[in-house]
Amino acid sequence: MAPPPRLELIGITKRYPGVLANSDVDLKIMPGEIHALLGENGAGKSTLVKCIYGVQRADSGTMLWEGRETDIASPNAARKLGIGMVFQHFSLFEAMTVEENIALGIDADLARKDLAGRIRAVSRQYGLPIDPERYVHTLSVGERQRIEVVRCLLQNPRLLIMDEPTSVLTPQEVEVLFETLRRLASAGCSILYISHKLEEIKTLCHKATIMRMGEVVAECVPADETARSMAELMMGANLVTPERRPHRTYGDPLLVVRDVNIASPYQHGTDLHDIGFEVAAGEVLGIAGIAGNGQRELMGVLIGEMLVAQADSIIIDGVSTGRSGPNRRRIAGFGFVPEERLGHGAVPQMTLWENAFLSAATRLKLLNRGFLKVRKSSEYAAKVIEGFRVKTPGVTNVAASLSGGNLQKFIIGREILQDPGVIVALQPTWGVDAGSAAAIRQALIDLAEKGAAVLVISQDLEELFEISDSMSVISGGRLSTARPAGELTVEEIGLMMGGVHGAAPRGSGKAEAHAHPA
Amino acid sequence: MRIRLEARGQPSRRMVWLSPIVAVALTIAASMVMFAILGTDPVAAIYNYFIDPLTTRNGVAELFVKATPLVLIGVGLSFCFKANVWNIGAEGQLTIGALAGGGLALAFYDVDTVLLLPAMLVAGILGGMAWAAIPALLKTRFNTNEILTSLMLTYVALLVLSYLVHGPWRDPDGFNFPESRLFHDSATLPQLVSGTRLHIGWLITLALAGVAWLMLTRHIIGFQIRVFGMAPAAASFAGFRETRVVWMTLMISGGASGLAGVIEIAGPIGQIVPVISPGYGFTAIIVAFLGRLHPFGVLLGGVLMALTYLGGESAQSTMNLPNAVTGVFQGLLLFFLLASDVLVRYRIRIGSVMRGSAL
Repeated sequence: MAPPPRLELIGITKRYPGVLANSDVDLKIMPGEIHALLGENGAGKSTLVKCIYGVQRADSGTMLWEGRETDIASPNAARKLGIGMVFQHFSLFEAMTVEENIALGIDADLARKDLAGRIRAVSRQYGLPIDPERYVHTLSVGERQRIEVVRCLLQNPRLLIMDEPTSVLTPQEVEVLFETLRRLASAGCSILYISHKLEEIKTLCHKATIMRMGEVVAECVPADETARSMAELMMGANLVTPERRPHRTYGDPLLVVRDVNIASPYQHGTDLHDIGFEVAAGEVLGIAGIAGNGQRELMGVLIGEMLVAQADSIIIDGVSTGRSGPNRRRIAGFGFVPEERLGHGAVPQMTLWENAFLSAATRLKLLNRGFLKVRKSSEYAAKVIEGFRVKTPGVTNVAASLSGGNLQKFIIGREILQDPGVIVALQPTWGVDAGSAAAIRQALIDLAEKGAAVLVISQDLEELFEISDSMSVISGGRLSTARPAGELTVEEIGLMMGGVHGAAPRGSGKAEAHAHPA
Repeated sequence: MRIRLEARGQPSRRMVWLSPIVAVALTIAASMVMFAILGTDPVAAIYNYFIDPLTTRNGVAELFVKATPLVLIGVGLSFCFKANVWNIGAEGQLTIGALAGGGLALAFYDVDTVLLLPAMLVAGILGGMAWAAIPALLKTRFNTNEILTSLMLTYVALLVLSYLVHGPWRDPDGFNFPESRLFHDSATLPQLVSGTRLHIGWLITLALAGVAWLMLTRHIIGFQIRVFGMAPAAASFAGFRETRVVWMTLMISGGASGLAGVIEIAGPIGQIVPVISPGYGFTAIIVAFLGRLHPFGVLLGGVLMALTYLGGESAQSTMNLPNAVTGVFQGLLLFFLLASDVLVRYRIRIGSVMRGSAL
């Protein structure tokens, strides 16, 4: 007789005030299986995982662990059963060593006996190079993730849950992680792998359960599917890939940045060194890089929230604005889409018309002797809502009431309809559902085709390759020289993300990157 | 069976306005217990405290006399608190405002002109602003905590007042009492209802509450203040500078407090005395929060708080209760208000915990 599933969920339902987060969800994970849980943001993946890991309790439904009905009351109970989880956001103390961090996160008796030795043994066994003596603040994001993985492995888990583990990794680090996960699975450990990256799921996972709006909509074998077919299952609609003219000519450079050197005002921030680039009219420049390599600082410098020493370090359509605040730059034709939607690009508790006013007041002259032009602002907000298919009852709804994708469409639309000559967007589709993401990318491409200079800073390589004409990489606060996107491969960019330093001259990026293996 | 708090999906707009009412009800309930323990009849005490003062024409007039400074200061503080600028020194700004306006009245003691009163009001506003400028400067230049600087400056202001009424500004014909000369008619605010102390300061206050509402909801200054308070990063994205917001809010609230001070001495008091305000500047902090930092809410909150002052006096004279009862009332009210505000973000669930039935 075949062994019972490692974990089986039958009819799990979880309701939050006003939302049905999980509705009658079934899930079956076999021993040694790598099982993908696939779905857009808000599809109910996190809720389901929280129920499995004992963080939340389901309202109804049955959970079978190795054939026996179980009730997982707390994360502690989950760990006792043999369930381990690696969260998307790490909980590590920067000022402590790897060993100390691991000791803090596991059972006391497990932490006592020769922990360092066992860390080394586990890391050798699964190909996760890590030194227990090192301090966490000296480690890269990929290495930090290994700490979390090792912490789970020390407890000999029989089910390992990974929540979007690759969103912070370079392609090379992803390979290392996948190798580890495959070894674990072949040793009999089941893995529940949460992601919305379809190519990864195709290469790694044996089975996939696809969720949409709280329900399981399909189960499939990823190897038999295409990324496109899975995306369509996930979205419940046909996916539209952005269209663009193949051959494009650029105009004059509209955004010229040179010699930007600035110390980061943030704790654990990244200083910028000798940043310089140009974006021409009609061009989409993509800047790739792992989060925390100076993107936030670069965005601050471009918006004008941080001022550089020289006015002519940032030239927008011929106007030197390095020493000017955001509104002077807006007048010169710059539009900004910050990374944080709530709290930076928009005020959560304010209405949509007030949020339209927030960035459009200067360019669209929405002030009359110091008083807000309510009607004109509302009309503009309505125009954005209509033009970008933002789903909301009206302009008097507050920004926080919109879903992530809808709010992002509103923010992008708010900037684009001001007809900017230059636009910069940081992580424009982060945490946005696939449908909205496609619309946002299309809007950026359309803007470039109308003759604007478009700069997109993103961690999402798929996105950058989809929309960029040229690409460069930011790493450690330095920017590589931009190269036509067609000449580059994902591998090359990945290597540069892992460790290129300084602006690599044309063609030498690869060689230099090899000196710093990821 | 147990009681627990459950987070709401969204802050409840209804509870934002219901919470002050809950707080008032709880305050009354708690004070009835307190009166019972003190050995007085709780119902009679509440009647004496809240109803009796309002049974005469004079009592109603006094209510608005006391509400005037509370509302003025509370409206000004709303601008500060909305921007997360914590001006705790309104009492000091009130005092300096009173001294600036009062100084003018004394300097032109012999001059009879209709310009004197407006000039005094302006001087009062400028005095309050000047006193608030010190914490503003210290905060924007040296990043000092405005809570401490504004609070400490209150005591400096009170000592300045004390020095002036005991020394240079003492009434030469006043038998050495520490009081200034009584202001001339041209330096006192016209009465609104004859036979009472109600003066046009109340009308000024009503008008300014309306102006404040317009400023907060429709003017770029109010917009900047609200954005800055709710999302500082969005404020810098919009190009609003923090130093400007700090200056603006402190100038508005300093000016409002200074105006309240000069209205007090040019209105009900009529001269400079050692104690100009029974702590209006501090009570107005409660008023501002009771009114949800909304000018019209502050108007209602100010009237309610004025009633606690009147009630305290009435309870003192008719029931032999100590004056400290007023302070206890105001303290209880703030305490219950802060506690009730939990209900804006949480709801109370009573009963056994709902668990996964089959889990």
